[in-house]
Amino acid sequence: MSHLIIAPVILPAVIGPLIILWMRNDLMLQRVFSIAGTALLAGVAIYLNALAMGGDVHVYRLGNWAAPFGIVLMLDRLSALMLLLTAVLALAVQLYAVGSGWDRKGRHFHALWQFQLMGICGAFLTGDAFNLFVFFEVLLIASYGLMIHGGGGMRLRAGVQYIAYNLAGSTLFLAALGVLYSVTGTLNMADMALRVAAMPAEDTALLRTGAVLLMLVFAVKAALVPLHFWLPSTYANAPGPVAALFAIMTKVGVYGIIRFFTLVFPQDAVIEGVVADLLLPAALFTLAIGQIGILGTRHLGRLAAFAAIGSIGTLMIAVAQFNPQGTAAAVYYMIHSTLAAGALFLIMDMIGARRGDLWLRLEQVMPDNGLVAALYFIAAIAVAGMPPLSGFIGKLLVMQATRPAPGMVWIWATILITSLIAIYALARAGSIVFWKSYELGPAPVPAPPAATGPKLEPDEPIQDLGDAPANWLAVASVLLLLSGIVALTALAGPALRLAEATAAQLHNPDAYVSAVLEAQEGTK
Amino acid sequence: MELLLSGAIGMLTAAGVYLILRLRTFAVVLGMTMLSYAINLFLFATGRLVVNAPPILNEAGGPYTDPLPQALVLTAIVISFGMTAVVVMMALGAFLEGGDDRVDMPRADRLPPAPQSQDGDV
Repeated sequence: MSHLIIAPVILPAVIGPLIILWMRNDLMLQRVFSIAGTALLAGVAIYLNALAMGGDVHVYRLGNWAAPFGIVLMLDRLSALMLLLTAVLALAVQLYAVGSGWDRKGRHFHALWQFQLMGICGAFLTGDAFNLFVFFEVLLIASYGLMIHGGGGMRLRAGVQYIAYNLAGSTLFLAALGVLYSVTGTLNMADMALRVAAMPAEDTALLRTGAVLLMLVFAVKAALVPLHFWLPSTYANAPGPVAALFAIMTKVGVYGIIRFFTLVFPQDAVIEGVVADLLLPAALFTLAIGQIGILGTRHLGRLAAFAAIGSIGTLMIAVAQFNPQGTAAAVYYMIHSTLAAGALFLIMDMIGARRGDLWLRLEQVMPDNGLVAALYFIAAIAVAGMPPLSGFIGKLLVMQATRPAPGMVWIWATILITSLIAIYALARAGSIVFWKSYELGPAPVPAPPAATGPKLEPDEPIQDLGDAPANWLAVASVLLLLSGIVALTALAGPALRLAEATAAQLHNPDAYVSAVLEAQEGTK
Repeated sequence: MELLLSGAIGMLTAAGVYLILRLRTFAVVLGMTMLSYAINLFLFATGRLVVNAPPILNEAGGPYTDPLPQALVLTAIVISFGMTAVVVMMALGAFLEGGDDRVDMPRADRLPPAPQSQDGDV
C-alpha cells in the first residue's frame, strides 16, 4: 500500500501549524510555503489519480489495524478525482488571493486555508463514517475562520448564521451516525454495507431513518433547496476567494450522498426508493430557485451564490437517478460546476475591487472594463450551460441520463426553462455592469493613493488597486480556472470515459468491501 | 431508565430547537449547547444502556458495555465544546461590530442603500 494516500491529509496538517508557529509575521514566507504546499498537494493528487486509474480500490489502514476495528482511508477513482479538483481549485484561488491582496486583509489566511484543505481532502479519503464527521468539522471550523476573514459587521453577522446552521447540521450528523451505529454496530463504511445487506427486511425501519437523516445532513452541506438558506448570505458576504473555495464545499455534500448511497445503502431497495423520491423533487426545486434567484437578486455576490445553488440542483438531478449513467453525468458536471462557480466568484470579486461595491446597478465605467467583461462573458457561458463550453455538455449528459426516468418531462422542462432564465439573468447582469455604464460616461480619474503601506484594518472589497501586489496574478488565476473549463470541453471524450469508469466503479460496491475487509493479509 | 434517558434527550432537544429558533444570538448559543448535550446523551445510548458493567471485555465473560459510543461521545464533546467557543466569539464580534445581537440579516444585506442615506437601515 502506498503511504502517499494519506499525504493529502498530512501535508496541509503540517504546513498549517508551521505557518502559524514560524511565519506568523512574515506574509511573504507564508505565501511561498502555502502555495508550495498546495502545489505539492496537486502533485500528490495527480499521482493518486494515476494510482486509482488502475481500477483497484486502495485501502490505507491507519496504524495497520485490521479494517472494522481500525480506521481506514479509501482511494478510488472518485476520491482521487475530487482530490485533484480540490487541489487545482485551491491553487488557482490561492494565487488569486495573493494577487488581489485579500490574504493581507486579516491574519492567518494561509494557515486557515491549509486546515480547510486538510478537512476537505480527509472527507474525500476516509472510509469511516465517524471520521467523515470529524473531517467535516475540521473543514467547517476552518471555513468559519476564512468566512469572516477581513472582518466587517455584515460579514460577522452572516458568519454567525453560517455557524449556527452548520452546528445544527453537525448535531444532525451525529444523530444519523448514532442511529446507524445502533442498528449496524459498526462505523466502517464497507463493514456497514455488509451488515446492511445481511439485515432482514422487516428490521430495517431504524436503518431507513438513519439513512434519511444522513441524506438530510449531506443536503444541508450541499445546499439542497429546503436546506439552502445558509448559502446566499454566507457566500455573498465571504471574501471573494473564500467563496470561490467554498464552491468545492457544497460538493463535499454531494460526494457524501454519492458515496453512501452507492456503497452502504444500495442493498436495501426501500431506502433507494425513499431517497430517490425525496432527492429528485428537491433537486428540481433547487435548480429552479437557484436560477430564479440569479434573476431576482440585486447583489453580484448573491448572483454567484444562486448560480452555485442552481448548479447543485442540476448535479443532484443526475445523482438522484442512482444508476451508472446518472452518476457519470454527475461526475462530469461536478468538475465543470466547481470550476465555473469558482471562476464566477473570483470575477465578481474583481468587479467589487474595481467598483467598490457589488450592487447590481448602474455605476460609472470601472477600470479594466473590457478585460473583466471578457472574463465574465466566458464564465457566464459556462455557468448558464450554453455551447460551446462544458456546461452545455454537462447538461446534455444529465438530460440524456434522465431520458428513461419516469419524471422525464418535468426534469427536462425544469432544466431547459431554468437555463433560459439563467441566460437572461446573466446577460442582464453583464449588460448593466459592463455596457450600460458607458451611458454615465467614464469614471473620473481617481486620485493616486497617498500612501500604499500595509493595510490591515478590515474593510469591504479592496478600494484601491494600488494595494494589490500583483493584479496580473489575479487575472492569471481566473484564466487558469477558465482554461480548466475549456480543457474539460476540448477533452470531453476522455473526461466522459473517466467519469463512466468512475461511475462503474461506484456502482460495484463489492470491490470496496473486499478491498477493505477481505484483502487484508496481502497488504501487511 | 430507558424512559428517563429518552425523556431527558427529548426535552433537551425540544428546548434546544426552540432556543435556536430565537432571534438573539445568546438564546441561539444556549440552544446549540442544549442540542449538543442531547446528542451526546443520545450517542451514549446507541451502545445500549447497561448498568454497573465495565466498558471492557473480561476473562470471566461477564456483562460489559459497548466502549465505542463512549469514545465517540468524548470526541463529540470536545468538538461541540470548541464549536461553542467559536460561535460565542463570532457572536460577540458581530455584536460589537453591528451594534445589536440579532441573528437575522438586515435589509442592507440584500438591497442597495437608498441614494440619500448611505447606511441602510434596521
